[in-house]
Amino acid sequence: MRTIGYIIQKEFIQIFRDKTMLPIIIIMPFVQLIVLVYAATFEMKQIDMVVVDQDLSTTSRQLISKFQGSPFFVLEGNTFSMDEAEDMIKSDKADIVMVIPNDFQKKLMSGETSAIQLIVNAINATAAGLTNAYSSYVIADFNKNILTENINFIQPIQTRSIDVSYSYWYNPELNYKIYMLPGILVILVTIIGAFLAALNIVREKEMGTIEQINVTPIQKYQFITGKLLPFWIIAMAEFAFGLTLGKLLFDIPIVGNLGLLFGFAGVYLLVALSLGLLISTMASNQQQVMFIMFFFLLTFILMSGIFTPVESMPDWAQKVNIINPFAYFMRVIRMVLLKGSGFSDISYEFYSLLIYASLIFSLAVWRYRKTA
Amino acid sequence: MTDKPIIKVVNLVKKFGNFVANDHLNFNVYEGEIFGFLGANGAGKTTAIRILCGLSHPTSGELEVAGFDVYKQSEQIKKNIGYMSQKFSLYENLTLRENIRFYAGIYGLSKKEINIRMDNLLENLHIGHLRDQLIGSLPLGWKQKLAFSVAIFHQPKIVFLDEPTGGVDPITRRQFWDMIYQAAKDGITIFVTTHYMDEAEYCDRVSIMVDGRIEALDSPAGLKQHYHAENMDEVFLKLARAS
Amino acid sequence: MKKFLGFVKKEFYHIFRDPRTLLVLFGIPIAQVLIFGYVVTTEIKNIRIAILDQSKDDVTREITQKIISSGYFELQQNLESSEYFEDIFKTGDVKEIIVFEPDFAKKLGKNETAKMQLIADASDANTANLIVNYTSAIIGDYVQKENKLLNIPMQIKPVVRMVFNEKLKSVYMFVPGTMALILMLVSAMMTSISIAREKEMGTMEILLVSPLKPAQIIIGKVIPYVSLAFINAITIIALGYFVFGMPINGSLTLLMAESLLFICLALSLGILISTIANTQQMAMFISLFALMLPTILLSGFIFPIENMPVILQGISYLMPPKYFIIIIKNIMLKGTGFIFVWKETLILMAMMMVFIGLSVKNFKIRLQ
Repeated sequence: MRTIGYIIQKEFIQIFRDKTMLPIIIIMPFVQLIVLVYAATFEMKQIDMVVVDQDLSTTSRQLISKFQGSPFFVLEGNTFSMDEAEDMIKSDKADIVMVIPNDFQKKLMSGETSAIQLIVNAINATAAGLTNAYSSYVIADFNKNILTENINFIQPIQTRSIDVSYSYWYNPELNYKIYMLPGILVILVTIIGAFLAALNIVREKEMGTIEQINVTPIQKYQFITGKLLPFWIIAMAEFAFGLTLGKLLFDIPIVGNLGLLFGFAGVYLLVALSLGLLISTMASNQQQVMFIMFFFLLTFILMSGIFTPVESMPDWAQKVNIINPFAYFMRVIRMVLLKGSGFSDISYEFYSLLIYASLIFSLAVWRYRKTA
Repeated sequence: MTDKPIIKVVNLVKKFGNFVANDHLNFNVYEGEIFGFLGANGAGKTTAIRILCGLSHPTSGELEVAGFDVYKQSEQIKKNIGYMSQKFSLYENLTLRENIRFYAGIYGLSKKEINIRMDNLLENLHIGHLRDQLIGSLPLGWKQKLAFSVAIFHQPKIVFLDEPTGGVDPITRRQFWDMIYQAAKDGITIFVTTHYMDEAEYCDRVSIMVDGRIEALDSPAGLKQHYHAENMDEVFLKLARAS
Repeated sequence: MKKFLGFVKKEFYHIFRDPRTLLVLFGIPIAQVLIFGYVVTTEIKNIRIAILDQSKDDVTREITQKIISSGYFELQQNLESSEYFEDIFKTGDVKEIIVFEPDFAKKLGKNETAKMQLIADASDANTANLIVNYTSAIIGDYVQKENKLLNIPMQIKPVVRMVFNEKLKSVYMFVPGTMALILMLVSAMMTSISIAREKEMGTMEILLVSPLKPAQIIIGKVIPYVSLAFINAITIIALGYFVFGMPINGSLTLLMAESLLFICLALSLGILISTIANTQQMAMFISLFALMLPTILLSGFIFPIENMPVILQGISYLMPPKYFIIIIKNIMLKGTGFIFVWKETLILMAMMMVFIGLSVKNFKIRLQ
């Protein structure tokens, strides 16, 4: 135990002595946390619309102003030329073009169905889907108005309607930031902890200092533990600091038990750091470690469901996520923080990670060779 | 020096693929002696020293260090030896005191012991003022001397020195050898590799390696007599030419 | 010149010698494109829902059927009471609960308004918003079809045409994004690390006293990565084209030229980082932090820039990948020519000049 203590002491001295690295591992992640949380939203704030009004009637003008009145749509321009309208989509000046045909009002007032054309830039499929949905609402709403206004002219008809009410639990204002912050925090903490740990051993290999340790009677598990704990402590501290920042700046809800969350974070970081150490026991230089870590990290992050729901992924990908430590923590941190899930709700994830941690840690100890 | 062998090597062979780095080495090192392990670069010195320290596995042969078997008891051996590698291996971004505390701590010395021995060391070398200097800021000569001090800090039975004086000036080399003599006087067996032939004169016994084999093993005086040479340089040249 | 070629050869050898590094370098782009194409879709699929049907009549069954057969949703369980809503959300599987009020069909038939409630787990606000929108669209569709049978006059029928991506594939977004991400990271991270490595090992000084000029050293170090990154770019485009059916409507030559420009820009950024960083660790952390998340988040790769707060939109103007993504989308999907992307191209060139200028300045300061 004392031996491990000496390693930890030495690592901490080295970490805090390197004045150029300190800001990079302490300040940079949090600047990113604060800035990037704002970026991760699908919420549509502004849909740029161009109108080709070939009808120029009262009704068509009413429809256009209906769109202008909507909080989502901004009228970017009018044109009579279809070519010009399409160019505006091509040059990204418009997200949607609405073409109102010249018989629009005439057909409507004679009780017929009138078609209008919507051209949506669909390169971003999600945004296009939402644009389509929002414009359909506006049009349907407008349609209802027309019907009620002109109800005298036509025979009263019984229409069927379903009133759909929504409630958004745990986050009634649909604030995406409180969902993204924990996710981004997990990424940052993992990068710091896992990379520092992984680069550490291999750096000693490159510098030759590891030989001096290998001729001592130190036990393999002592060495690996001593290399793991300092970075585990740093990662946990950064995790705590990040959560505090989230609470202060973004008012993220902390519904669940913090002790539970930190307990889980601790186990998670054991897995992440052990993976880093395992990779570094196998590599011979820092470059190799970085590329291999980078590859796993990027893959694991994207598959973890941080930006997109895991449920929408194909079955095989969800199976791959069994070995993805990110996926477990990404899910649990959000459950505990936002929904207040308790231990019984996350026990499966907890025990899975615990087994995972002991497995990878043992593997790292086993793979570490005191002889070359 | 006693007649008790502290290192026994019988038919040590080490192969890297087809390349034979150590070709049936046989020698004993006796308790308390300064044993010189000479040879040109690439003759197989470092390979042998790494095997004896447990940093590398032999291909075949029987080896015993400090009474323990190299194959089965390498961790026992490690408790009883010190090692100073060719590559400088103290932490440049730690101070002298921190380096010593770290290595001594790993060897399981108590805090009190560490402090007493550290004070002695600083006093003997008159370097109390270097105590809190970063190792990286010291001149190479000092670094080497300190690396040696760290290698014997836990008072091992044997210390292995792999080219300890590479790249330092003659005066520092002389001082370094004074430290080696002092350690030997304190009862530590010294196993030292070098390619400086003048240093061979300082050893009790010398083995000379050429292309992975030990070509000669005797006291410096004995070797000079046997090869009718004035100094060790000539001995070495004659051996190298013969092979 | 001969010395220079020898140096370039050595650098090539250094990279291509290690099979693990090679595997990663060529494996990364392939794996990332496949992951984005198959896994990380923003499309909604198989979202688990629970239903509390207090009416259990033909209409509610029909609507339920419609919702489930849409492919977006998967019925996880039928509920009997609202008592366990909280528990269901807490265990995390179910994302939406749909509630039908009692006597649903009766009310609908009697010309009253029938009530439904959609309760979404909005801890993931983005997904909750999409799910609720999709569900209401399905319900709206049902109502419209029912009403059509009633023959209501004065209907406005929107005819929607999705241009550039008729099938609304999310991979169209991700291929350009992945390309920007991979080229940025591979080029910038690798150059910065490999130059920092020479500094750390002390071999940079040996190179600097060699007869090679500093510029030659840097160019020599960079050339292998240019070719590597270019192969990566081709791999990504080929995967997008052959595996995911992403069209290349514009000029392939222009696309390649723009990719090369972007690679050079990323490399110059890598050189700039290496003039700041003294160790490989530092080079890596700077590259990773300065490049990875910002490239994913601030370039319009996954999240549209127009939706971001104004300050972030401002910052996004400084992100080279943003312009590259615009360029690729224009060439590949919209099939536009150089006249539509000359502005972005100029900006990328200017950025590259700035990076090179700054590197030279830093390098001179170091030598003094």
